[in-house]
Amino acid sequence: MTTLPPTPGPGPAPGPAPTPPTAVAAPVHPADGAWRLVRAELRRRASLKVSLAVVALFAAMTVAAPLIGALGGWGPEEFDKSAVDPYLGGLPIGPLGGVSAEHWLGVEPVTGRDLFARVVHGAQVSLLIAFAATAIVVLAGTTAGIAAGYFGGRTDAVLSRLMDLTMSFPSLIFMIAMMSVAGDVDRILLMTLVIGLFGWPGVARVVRGQTLSLKHREYVDAARVGGSGPWRILARDILPGVAGPVIAYTTLMVPGMIATEAALSYLGVGVRPPTPSWGQMIAEGVAYYDTDPMYFLVPSLCLFLTVLAFTLLGDALRDVLDPRGSRT
Amino acid sequence: MILYLGRRLLGMLGVLLAVAAVTFTLFHVLPSDPAAAACGKACSDERLEAIRATMGLDAPVWRQFADFVTGIFTGRTLGTGPYALRCDVPCLGYSYENSEGVWDLLVDRLPVSASLAAGAAVLWLALGLTAGVTAALRKDSLTDRALMVGAVAAASLPVYFTSVLLIHGLIRLTGLLPYPQYVPFTTDPPAWASNLLLPWLALAILYAAMYARQSRDAMIETMAEPYIRTARAKGLPRRTVVVKHGLRAGMTPVLTLFGMDLGGLLAGAVITESLFGLPGIGRLFHGALTTGDQPVVLGVTLLAATFIVVANLAVDLLYAVVDPRVRY
Repeated sequence: MTTLPPTPGPGPAPGPAPTPPTAVAAPVHPADGAWRLVRAELRRRASLKVSLAVVALFAAMTVAAPLIGALGGWGPEEFDKSAVDPYLGGLPIGPLGGVSAEHWLGVEPVTGRDLFARVVHGAQVSLLIAFAATAIVVLAGTTAGIAAGYFGGRTDAVLSRLMDLTMSFPSLIFMIAMMSVAGDVDRILLMTLVIGLFGWPGVARVVRGQTLSLKHREYVDAARVGGSGPWRILARDILPGVAGPVIAYTTLMVPGMIATEAALSYLGVGVRPPTPSWGQMIAEGVAYYDTDPMYFLVPSLCLFLTVLAFTLLGDALRDVLDPRGSRT
Repeated sequence: MILYLGRRLLGMLGVLLAVAAVTFTLFHVLPSDPAAAACGKACSDERLEAIRATMGLDAPVWRQFADFVTGIFTGRTLGTGPYALRCDVPCLGYSYENSEGVWDLLVDRLPVSASLAAGAAVLWLALGLTAGVTAALRKDSLTDRALMVGAVAAASLPVYFTSVLLIHGLIRLTGLLPYPQYVPFTTDPPAWASNLLLPWLALAILYAAMYARQSRDAMIETMAEPYIRTARAKGLPRRTVVVKHGLRAGMTPVLTLFGMDLGGLLAGAVITESLFGLPGIGRLFHGALTTGDQPVVLGVTLLAATFIVVANLAVDLLYAVVDPRVRY
């Protein structure tokens, strides 16, 4: 049985990064400090602005993929035989994989489907799964973590065992197995659930630790003495204290979720064609690496940029919201 | 110590049993019928029943599971009559596809996966820790920034993207390295290494980036500890302070990560093995999925889980060696 990594006695909690110097400069006001720090951080780090813009762009795609995709004038599953050359094995006509005024990012070989439309709709699928899975993980993880930390005793023992057990599962192997055994079910929904299923112990541990350290603070004791019931204390006193680390941890978790979705789709057990998803597009693009590199590069770069942007954003948020960290 | 070890080993067995049970249930809950698949198109009801009986699928699920588990410890005979197969200890069943014992298949593929994992691990530890510690010791310098920007970027690259670039760049363009073809270590060590170098690199880049980030954080945290100041004040040479005092404590969180990653990697390198055409466990797994070969899938899942729990135990035991404050 996996146990929690032993925290070395009274020594330092392992792991967390001290805040980089950029983050400590702004004056700290305990009440509204977090957002002030976020704004200060935004002003300081140019990379943060860029990653925020990238995240906003892809988030917009997630919300309004059909609208944005329609800008290019093509549907994601619309064939355009005039854009590919039948005498060259269906390679796109024109430079850079068929980039033209009509097809902004070129077209897919053989079918001539518009890459811009497919990338935008692929973003919707990829990010929707990643966000939904993250939501599940945060909800389940926070609930379990707070329950384990606050109520302690048997609740804690059972939940901690469950966390250990989940973490001992070979998650990628298991996800692949589950996805491939499942037949004609809603792939997107199943994938969200499967990815979410293996993520919650991480959050739960962070929350549990945080709850443990909060539950005997003076203000919580005061609330208890003042007659607040456990639910009120959990909602009004514990939850706000847990929120910071959870937000930071969550943002750092999103890139992992996106990468997992892409990996599953890449292996052919994710969403099924013709629904586009980045991982699946990359898998198809590998075969055309020599002849039509654009087809491989466009979805790869999208994936890379999104993951990078979320990582940078998560780093910054962690520095602000959770300076002494709660990572493993 | 012995007591602790005994408890942990017992716990490990429990986890493995749970993993097996969940995997087993999964196959039965989700719609799939291996007997029908084996029977083919021209299938009569009697024949289907016969196949079910041979595969042991006619028994209730709990019975099948009990048979499976006892088979691991005592061996068992699969099927009846002239088609009966004797399956020796540890019996993980027979592959539906090629009637080979699952255990033999796994043992056959293990050296490839182990070579891949071990080489990559050495590479990523060397790269990641060097980069992380260098960055931490020169905190906020240009070196630090450059290393960390590189690490964030590299950590965002999906492994299939790096692999394709490496294959293209190092094999096709320069011809420096051969296209990977597994040569057993025992027959020709240099050929073994040169053939595996690319897959090692492909895997190591991603992990090295993560480890660089992690170890930088851990190292900065540790170097700010009072006992480091004490060591320095005693007049110890910087080298001793960094290596003996700093690294030793700072590496504990990295060690946790390493155990989990290495344990997961032994079966989790599905994508890398497929891309480089290495006949390891990951590829066996991927192949078994596409053909619906459930015994193999189950076997790989169990093996992967075994690696994870063993790695976790090893890490926990190593803690006591690395960090003198940890006692069991």
